[in-house]
Amino acid sequence: MIQVIVNGSPQRFEQPLDVAALIARMQLAGKRIAVEKNGEIVPKSALGATMVADGDRLEIVAAVGGG
Amino acid sequence: MSDPLIIAGKSYGSRLLIGTGKYKDFAQTRAAVEASGAQIVTVAIRRTNIGQNAGEPSLLDALSPSKFTYLPNTAGCYSAEDAVRTLRLARELLDGHDLVKLEVLGDPHTLYPNMPETLKAAGVLVQEGFKVMVYCSDDPIQARMLEDAGCVAIMPLASLIGSGMGILNPWNVQLVIDAVQLPVIVDAGVGTASDAAIAMELGCDGVLMNTAVAAAKDPVLMARAMKKAVEAGREAYLAGRMPKKLYSAAPSSPTEGRIAPSRSKAA
Repeated sequence: MIQVIVNGSPQRFEQPLDVAALIARMQLAGKRIAVEKNGEIVPKSALGATMVADGDRLEIVAAVGGG
Repeated sequence: MSDPLIIAGKSYGSRLLIGTGKYKDFAQTRAAVEASGAQIVTVAIRRTNIGQNAGEPSLLDALSPSKFTYLPNTAGCYSAEDAVRTLRLARELLDGHDLVKLEVLGDPHTLYPNMPETLKAAGVLVQEGFKVMVYCSDDPIQARMLEDAGCVAIMPLASLIGSGMGILNPWNVQLVIDAVQLPVIVDAGVGTASDAAIAMELGCDGVLMNTAVAAAKDPVLMARAMKKAVEAGREAYLAGRMPKKLYSAAPSSPTEGRIAPSRSKAA
């Protein structure tokens, strides 16, 4: 069991997983999003190859209306 | 394109830049943006809702990034570091798009810019290859520092963000225009069409607004008014206004050739 903070809220997963799998679990697959892990950008091309570990902090963002 | 606005080497036909926040829905956002004629639209970067609203439409679907130039902002950032992280995420989100609006705020009450943090963030972002349009105070010295830091447009506030108070210090805006070579775009404070026209008449290169349009009773109609105001103000600036004088020593109609004045019966 690992615990990860995604957008400020704790999420538990049975086993370690990569960022692409985490995105799918969050029902965000195929969405226009960008991901930061522990303060560093995870490029789209590296989502599948980047593992999420216990205690990692992720930010998943999208574009919204703003000035 | 005659008289284009040039930012970082790219030409734009419209000098009105418009925000996409505070609209009723995406349909109204799109209608207002289209009515404004703006080509550059600002967007914010925010956390996605996770595990809910999976079918929710996205802004990127409502306003195609192929049709408009997106200008991701750092609204809500109070430190250089948060602003830099936000724009790195924006660049990743928008497939390497590097034209950004930097704003580092000083406090949530005034939303006034924190200039030391803004300068710090600008330095880092320019180093990383971003093209930085920067929200700033209407201080000509700070504006020059931002220009020296490598920003691509200087965007002083005319009054507080969302206040609609108009151009409160036209003299300072003029000092900023004189201080830098870069395009100067009034960002924040415009409330109605005449404010936008005044900014342009002062010699600003463009105007950026959001609330003035979104918070109007009829946002689409106001967007159209703003388009005309920016165009009218620009043309008036280019035309060169007459000097102001308290008395007119010269009426517009000829003084010669008037008909004989009537004789006064009393005389």
